[in-house]
Amino acid sequence: MTLGPVTSSTDLTTPAEEEASTVTDGKKIEGRSLGRIAWTRLKRDKVALTGGGIIIFLILVAIFAPVLNKLFGHPVNEFHQDKIDPNLGGIPPIGTWGGISTDFLLGVQPVTGRDLFSQIIYGAQTSLLIALLATLLAVMIGIVVGITAGFFGGWIDSLFSRFMDLILAFPLILFAIALISVLPPTYWYRVTVIVLIIGGFSWPYIGRIVRGQTLSLREREFVEAARSIGAGNFRIIFRELLPNLAAPILVYSTLIIPTNILFEAALSFLGVGVPSPTPSWGRLLSDAVNYYEYDPMYMVVPGTAIFITVLAFNLFGDGLRDALDPKSNR
Amino acid sequence: MINFILRRVVTSVVLLIIISMVTFGVFFMVPKLAGTNPAELYVGKSATPADVAATARKLGLDKPIYVQYGEFMKGLVAGREYDNGPDKTHCAAPCFGYSFRNDRPVWPLLLDRLPVTISLTVGAAIIWLLGGVLAGVISALRRGSVLDRIVMVVALAGVSLPIYFTGLLAQLFFVHNLHWFKGGEYVNFADDPFGWANKLFLGWVTLALLYAATYARLTRAQMLETVSEDYIRTARAKGLRERVVVGKHAMRSVLTPIVTIFGLDLGAALGGAILTESVFSLPGIGRLSIDAVNTKDLPVVLGVTLFGAMFIVLANFLVDIVYAVIDPRVRLS
Repeated sequence: MTLGPVTSSTDLTTPAEEEASTVTDGKKIEGRSLGRIAWTRLKRDKVALTGGGIIIFLILVAIFAPVLNKLFGHPVNEFHQDKIDPNLGGIPPIGTWGGISTDFLLGVQPVTGRDLFSQIIYGAQTSLLIALLATLLAVMIGIVVGITAGFFGGWIDSLFSRFMDLILAFPLILFAIALISVLPPTYWYRVTVIVLIIGGFSWPYIGRIVRGQTLSLREREFVEAARSIGAGNFRIIFRELLPNLAAPILVYSTLIIPTNILFEAALSFLGVGVPSPTPSWGRLLSDAVNYYEYDPMYMVVPGTAIFITVLAFNLFGDGLRDALDPKSNR
Repeated sequence: MINFILRRVVTSVVLLIIISMVTFGVFFMVPKLAGTNPAELYVGKSATPADVAATARKLGLDKPIYVQYGEFMKGLVAGREYDNGPDKTHCAAPCFGYSFRNDRPVWPLLLDRLPVTISLTVGAAIIWLLGGVLAGVISALRRGSVLDRIVMVVALAGVSLPIYFTGLLAQLFFVHNLHWFKGGEYVNFADDPFGWANKLFLGWVTLALLYAATYARLTRAQMLETVSEDYIRTARAKGLRERVVVGKHAMRSVLTPIVTIFGLDLGAALGGAILTESVFSLPGIGRLSIDAVNTKDLPVVLGVTLFGAMFIVLANFLVDIVYAVIDPRVRLS
């Protein structure tokens, strides 16, 4: 994809022509920033907006999990064994849909009878916290390495590019589970290590994009112009290049969040995620493996939570890309 | 071309050596930093300090890390001797060491599990490559149609569904409710081809769904970009039939990025489709690694990781070669 620079005149005229129908009613045609144009396009993309809405909703749920839980749930690790059917070996909950009732909105966990609603909303906290922190880390490393490699070129570029190849050649999941399993299983230890691993292995995706864009941008006239009026490397990178890289960085950051959410859930599923009793969607699913014949809802609920979250980020990321990409063909 | 291949061989070998260093360092250093001795992992927590020391000596764990790494690499290339006091054990190349848990050499353990992983990934790869590319091409050619929308919705759902969810759902419906497939143990192709396919089928489909979704999206985008190129217009203007324009002229350019990611995905999957194997309880390399991690069997973990890295690096290498054959510009740069 090509994302045109902010200062380029072509990017202002093409979309302006495209939007001509909206400005013909008497008002004078004015230049708009790329951000404005992108926002106008995004506003028309109902699917992407739905994705964005779900993301905001999920973030609010994660932030206000304690409040929501007070209102609609039960304490996270409170056992409700009266909700479990004693006639069926004390495994599945009473009722057909995994014990869903007005009291237990998403049903209860088999055997223990813990409230699934509270597990899910606190699980959202875990999932989003780790995925967002890891993405932040990946974006920061990706920008620094990508710009350095693309801007300075030469042996620095070769070195950093080989380094990115090296990281992408690592058998990631294997390495992650092996590394995490030899470290102490305390909450902050695990969260830190998981964030470092996910972020530390996903930055080359951002790095490659940034490098590629920087390579082509540094040859453009506006960089030459800046240099001719005496701007130093530092100024060129921060004032000329970075603003033009904002769009691809934003798009690809949004698109690696879902991958990171899936990765965190996969680690929890394999038993090396955040340690119990902190709720996590992946761990709920791995626990559900033991009961899905008797209580399928216990598997469906966390699975659907992961699906909706990942889908929302994918929808929004796709929409953002289409909105920011002048060559977008949709 | 030979020059190009040689350059890529050297890069690949260097890449593998660096990966082995990092992995080795991490697996034998990190437990130490976290306060556990690898030798203690071998003999168990209840052993006396003397036992631990003896084991450390036998496995060479008392030596500095770079000496251990040197011996490990020598074992990989030329085999090595383990000193058991009175007698010596010879471990033939490629020697990945011995499992901490059952004292079997790691290399045959890996080879034992490989057919399962190959059966799973190659079967899935055929489905995802054909299905993904076909869906993407049709979707691009019928852009905006109902079919296009359906394909894109399914593809979007496909990339958003974790395999440990689809796999479980598939098992719930097709194994437990409908009884279309048997659960049970994995059987070898040579022993019972139908049982083999029966056990693997759901794994193939769920693993393929994930990748096919990505391929369909990529193929569609690539195809849409290609059909607006000038040379496609020229081909049409020459009066070529649409089938030739799409099948011969456009496909060549569409397939180049697909070849790249196909090679990489296949390489990564062969190194252990950990999630799929653990959901469908297939005794492949991925399953071996999970078991090894859970029992803190360091040599096996190290072996599997290096084995997986080898597949990825090999796949990278092959992709580069194929790429150079398809696109001559690569060779010249």
